[in-house]
Amino acid sequence: MSQSTDKIEDLIALMARLPGLGPRSARRAVLHLIRKRGILLAPLADTLQEVAATARECLNCGNVGTSDICDICEDARRANGILCVVEDVADLWAMERAGVFKGRYHVLGGTLSALDGVGPDELRIPQLVTRVQAEEITEVILALNATIDGQTTVHYIADQLENRVELTSLAQGVPIGGELDYLDDGTITAAMNARKKL
Amino acid sequence: MDWRDTGILLSTRKHGETSVILETFTPSYGRQSGVLRGGISRKHTPHLQPGAQLDLSWRARLESQLGTFTIEPIRSRAAAAMGDRLSLAGLNAVTSLLSFCLPDREPHPDLYQKTETLLDLLGQPDVWPLAYLRWEVRLLDDMGFGLDLGRCAVTGSNDNLIYVSPRTGRAVTASGAGEWVDHLLPLPPVLHGQSPMDDTEIITALQTTGHFVEHHMAKALRDRPLPPARARFIERLSRPKQT
Repeated sequence: MSQSTDKIEDLIALMARLPGLGPRSARRAVLHLIRKRGILLAPLADTLQEVAATARECLNCGNVGTSDICDICEDARRANGILCVVEDVADLWAMERAGVFKGRYHVLGGTLSALDGVGPDELRIPQLVTRVQAEEITEVILALNATIDGQTTVHYIADQLENRVELTSLAQGVPIGGELDYLDDGTITAAMNARKKL
Repeated sequence: MDWRDTGILLSTRKHGETSVILETFTPSYGRQSGVLRGGISRKHTPHLQPGAQLDLSWRARLESQLGTFTIEPIRSRAAAAMGDRLSLAGLNAVTSLLSFCLPDREPHPDLYQKTETLLDLLGQPDVWPLAYLRWEVRLLDDMGFGLDLGRCAVTGSNDNLIYVSPRTGRAVTASGAGEWVDHLLPLPPVLHGQSPMDDTEIITALQTTGHFVEHHMAKALRDRPLPPARARFIERLSRPKQT
């Protein structure tokens, strides 16, 4: 390999480590970037450098942003006394995409897991308890995954916050566009248990 | 090498971007792991919750290899467990204890049957704690740390057996306890197979079995720390019942 292509090979190797990309797709992406270096590669490099220098976790909620306190926590209109607890930042972004929640978030950074040895101290649960008191929260929505680990975490947090604040969790059941024939029996059971009056 | 069996899912672990490593407990092949290709897909994830009953086909070129699974879901137990705090804590305790102590690929058909029966009782909080206690006694037995509660280790009598030796797991009578009484573990009647008076008696019995799980079984497994799920289950059981 000549020296002139070493850096390009390094870039391909780095890109190949991104989720969803392998060596071949990374090579294609890099080739595309080089061909469009004026309109794509240079701005991408600048933005990457800027984000690398400024990206950090919000000290309050655990969201990622480019300042110590994220935009959501800074926004006074979102201090409505409702806190939505999510597992990680991807879940927060999913909730924001839906645009239905107008309060603030708390990112736990994972779920309790016996197998992986993740206990309450490894998550941001103590900070959550502190926030509930400090921010005069009236309702905590536990928007965690409908998995065994997710629901174990829900029950643990509920134990910590019981009698201090109203606790709610997301409903479980038939997804929009879901056909009963294709649903697993667990989802059907949950949907049947949570049926509502018309 | 290939086989087909039913099994209980103990855990999943992400493997690469699209696959998962399943850890299962089967009657004929014991605790067996393998890769499930595409295991993080929406098609598979609802079935891949701990405690699920699966039809498993395992295949590898050599027996010593990790191998790959293809699965067919039989029944999910997650929905029954998720709605009830005690059931969820119990399910976590069972799967994490099995994952912790079962040797790789060593069949334990009787323990498997007991486990399947226990998990089928999930969502019935009135009977579950007692069923769990019986299962844990069976687990100790299968792992080679069974309790010998038939007669007193000191006097040979089988009347008034109210203690267990923390060292040998043998029953001791009140008269046989002598000066060692403060060092012995309680032996509540429920451990003799009698119906418990209340949950407190079951908790006492679980503290006794817990001694052998922690100080004998875990010690034999290179002194690894016990999974915290068992302690959380007992802590949950000790709380007043909730609806």
